[in-house]
Amino acid sequence: MSTITKTDYNRSKIHPLKLTLWVGIGSIIMMFAAFTSAFIVRRSAGNWYEFELPSLFFFNTLVIILSSVTLHYSFQAFKTGNEKRYKALLIATFVLGIAFVVLQYMAWEQMTAMGATFTVNPSSSFVYLISGVHAAHVLGGIATLVTAMIHAFLLPYKPTPRRTQRFELVVQYWHFVDVLWLYLVIFFALNL
Amino acid sequence: MTHTINAVETLEDQLTREYGFNDHFHEHHHGDKFQSNFLTHYVFTMDHKMIARQFLMTGIFWAFIGAAMSIIFRLQLGFPEADMAWLKPLLGKWITVNEAGIGRLDPEFYYALVTMHGTIIVFFVLTAGLSGTFSNLLIPLQIGARDMASPLLNAFSYWAFFLAGVVMFFSLFLSTGPFSGGWTAYPPLSALPQASDGSATGMTLWIVAMSLFVVSALLGGINYITTVLNMRTKGMNLWRMPMTIWAFFVTAILGVLSFPVLFSGLLLLMLDRSLGTSFYLNEIVVGGQVLDRVGGSPILFQHLFWFLGHPEVYIIILPAMGIVSEVLSVNARKPIFGYRAMVFSILAIGFLSFIVWAHHMFMSGLNPFISNFFVVFTLIIAVPSAVKVFNWISTIYGSNFRFNSASLFSVGFVSMFISGGLTGIFLGNSAIDIQLHDTYFVIAHFHIVMGIAAFFGMFAGVYHWFPKMFGRFMNETLGKIHFWGTMIGAYAIFWPMHYTGMAGVPRRYYDMGASFDAFKHFTDLNKFITVAAIVVFFLQILFIINFFYSIFSGKKMTTKNPWGATTLEWTTPIEAGHGNWPGNIPTVQRWAYDYGKGGEDFIPQYIPLKNGENDHGH
Repeated sequence: MSTITKTDYNRSKIHPLKLTLWVGIGSIIMMFAAFTSAFIVRRSAGNWYEFELPSLFFFNTLVIILSSVTLHYSFQAFKTGNEKRYKALLIATFVLGIAFVVLQYMAWEQMTAMGATFTVNPSSSFVYLISGVHAAHVLGGIATLVTAMIHAFLLPYKPTPRRTQRFELVVQYWHFVDVLWLYLVIFFALNL
Repeated sequence: MTHTINAVETLEDQLTREYGFNDHFHEHHHGDKFQSNFLTHYVFTMDHKMIARQFLMTGIFWAFIGAAMSIIFRLQLGFPEADMAWLKPLLGKWITVNEAGIGRLDPEFYYALVTMHGTIIVFFVLTAGLSGTFSNLLIPLQIGARDMASPLLNAFSYWAFFLAGVVMFFSLFLSTGPFSGGWTAYPPLSALPQASDGSATGMTLWIVAMSLFVVSALLGGINYITTVLNMRTKGMNLWRMPMTIWAFFVTAILGVLSFPVLFSGLLLLMLDRSLGTSFYLNEIVVGGQVLDRVGGSPILFQHLFWFLGHPEVYIIILPAMGIVSEVLSVNARKPIFGYRAMVFSILAIGFLSFIVWAHHMFMSGLNPFISNFFVVFTLIIAVPSAVKVFNWISTIYGSNFRFNSASLFSVGFVSMFISGGLTGIFLGNSAIDIQLHDTYFVIAHFHIVMGIAAFFGMFAGVYHWFPKMFGRFMNETLGKIHFWGTMIGAYAIFWPMHYTGMAGVPRRYYDMGASFDAFKHFTDLNKFITVAAIVVFFLQILFIINFFYSIFSGKKMTTKNPWGATTLEWTTPIEAGHGNWPGNIPTVQRWAYDYGKGGEDFIPQYIPLKNGENDHGH
C-alpha cells in the first residue's frame, strides 16, 4: 500500500450519511420553493383574500428558535462530557418541539376563528397547507429526537465518533426545520 | 479473510494487491449478511447489482405493457373501420360489439390508453427502468465502491417504485378505467372527479402511484449523488470518472431538484380534488352547474408540472448519453473526443433544463414577452447538444470501429438524437408553435429525440453490460436483427408524423381520418405507420426473448474484460459477490479513456502511470 507515491489523495472527510442528509434537505427546500412560488403565482392571478397572520405564528417562531438553541447546547454538552446538561437540554428540546406542533394546531384554530378557513380562498389554503407540510417535517424531527433520547437514556453515556455522528445528524435536521420555519413565517408576513 | 496469492497471479491481481486500497471490508462479515438466503438474495436484497437487475426486469415488464397499449391505439388510428372484437377477451367492456358483430374500441378507453402509454413509458420505463438500472449497476462498480452510500435506502427506492407500479397496474382494472386526461394530468380534467370516467378513482390512483414514484426517484437520486461524491476509490478524482458516471450524477441532481416540485403540484391537485380548495379550479360550468370554487388558476399546475417535466426529459436522455459515450469510445478503441467538453455540455444541459419549462406552455396564454425569454434559452440548448453530437461523431471518425449490437444502437442513438433535435428547433420557437402545437409534429419530435433515442441508449447499455449483469452474452445475430429492424421501423413510424403534423393533424384524437375531410389523404399513411409500429413491436418481443434466453443459455463469459474496456467494473470477478471485489478495492491511476495510447490497445484505470507519462485526468 505504501508503494503509492505518485498521487496525493484527498479523501473527502464528510460522512456519506451527512451528505445524504444534505442532499435530502436540498430536495425538501425545492418542495417548499415550489409551494411558495405557487403561492406568488396564484396571488398575482387575483381573487385573493388578504388577512392578518395570527399572533400564534410569531409566538411559535420563538418556541422553535429556542428549541434550536437548547439542542445546540445539548450537543455541545454531549461533546464536552457534561452528561447532565446534555440530557436535560435534550428533554427541553423535545418538549419545545411538541409545544411547537401543539401551538401550530392552535394557530390554525385561530385562523379558522378569524374566518380564514381551509377552503374559503387559496390564500388561507396555502397557509394551512404549507405550515401543515412543515409541521409534518417537524414531527419527523421529533421522531429523530425520540431516537436520540432512547440513545441518551438507555445506552451508557459514551461520546464515540459514531454516536456523535448520529446525534449531529439529528441536530442538523432540527436546525434545518427551524430555519425553514423562519423563512416561511417571514414569507407569510410579507406576502399575505 | 486473507488474500491468498495464486500460483498464476495476473498483473491485475498483483496491482490490486500492491496498490489497492484495503478498507477492511471483508473482516467484518462472517458470512454475507446481505445475501444469505433466497429472499434476501433475490427479493429484499440490498446489493446494488441485484437492485439494478430488479429495476431492469420491472422496466421490461412496463415497457411491454406500454408498447402493447400503443399497438392497440395505433390499430384504432390506422384501421378505424376494422373489427376489434378479437380484443374483447383482453379488454372486456372497453370493446363494444354492435349487431353486425363489429367490435369498436371505446373512445374513453382510447384516451386512457394514450394517457397510460405516456405515463408508463416516461416514468416507469425511461426514468426508473433506465436510470434505476444503470445508475445502480455502474455507479459503485465504475467508481470503485463496495455498494451505494446507503444500501437500505437504495432497496427502499426499488420497493417504492414497485409499489407505485402495483397501484398503477391496479388502476388499469378499475370499472371506470385508468386516468384518461393525458400524461401531463392538466386540471380541470384531472382536478374534477366528475369530469370523465378516468378522472374519478383512476386519477386518485394515478396521484398515489406518482407520489410513490417521486419517493423512489428521490431516494435513488440522493443515493446516487452521495455515492458519486463520497464513495469514490482512491485516485478517482472527478476528471477521471467515466462519462457514464458524470451523466448519472447530473441526472440524479436534476431528479432531486425537480421531483419535489411535481410532488408539490400533485399535493395541491389532491386537495383540489378531495378537500374543496381552489388552487387550480375556478367558477367553471360543469354539466350546467357553476362550480363552487373561486379564482383558481389551471396554468399554475402547468408551471409546476413542467418545472419537473422539462428536467424530466433530460433525466431520461442524459443517462442514455452517458451510456452511448462509453459504448462508442470502447468500440471505437479511441478516447471519447473532447472529454471535458462532454462533461461541461452535460452540466450546461442540466442547468438550462431548469429555465426552459414554459416552452411547453406557449399556447396557454403565456405573455409573449415572457415567451421570448424561454425561446432564447430553449434554442441555446442546441449549443451543448451540438457539442455532444460533434464529439460522438469525432470519436468514431477514423476509428477501427467494432460493429456489435451495443455499438450499433449507440450509433442509432446519435442518428435519432440529431433527427429529433432538429425538429426541436422548430418547436422551440413560440411563433411556429402556433401552428405545430398539439399536432403529430410534436409526437414525432419527442418520440424520436427522447423516446426512441433513450430506448436506443438503454438497448446499447443492456447489450454492453449484459455480461456484467448475468455472466453471459446476448445473441449477436438476434441483436443485429433487432437493431436494423428497430432503426428502420422507428423512422418508418415517426418520420411520416412530421408531415401529418405540419398539415395540422391534432394529437390524441380518437378518429381523425374518417371524421375530418381535411386529413382524408393521410389515411394510407396512417395505415403504414400502424403496420410499421406492429413490426417494431414484434422486434422488441424478439429482444425480450433474446434477453431471457441469454440469461440462462447465452454464451458464457470466460474473461473478465470481454470488450477490452479501461473502466473498473471489468476488474470484478465474473460472479461478483456483495462488495464487488474479493480483496482490496483497486485504486485509480489514470483517466478512463486511455485507448490506443503509446501503441497499446488500451490501458485500464488501475495501471500506474509510467515514468514521464501524462494523465488526462488532471
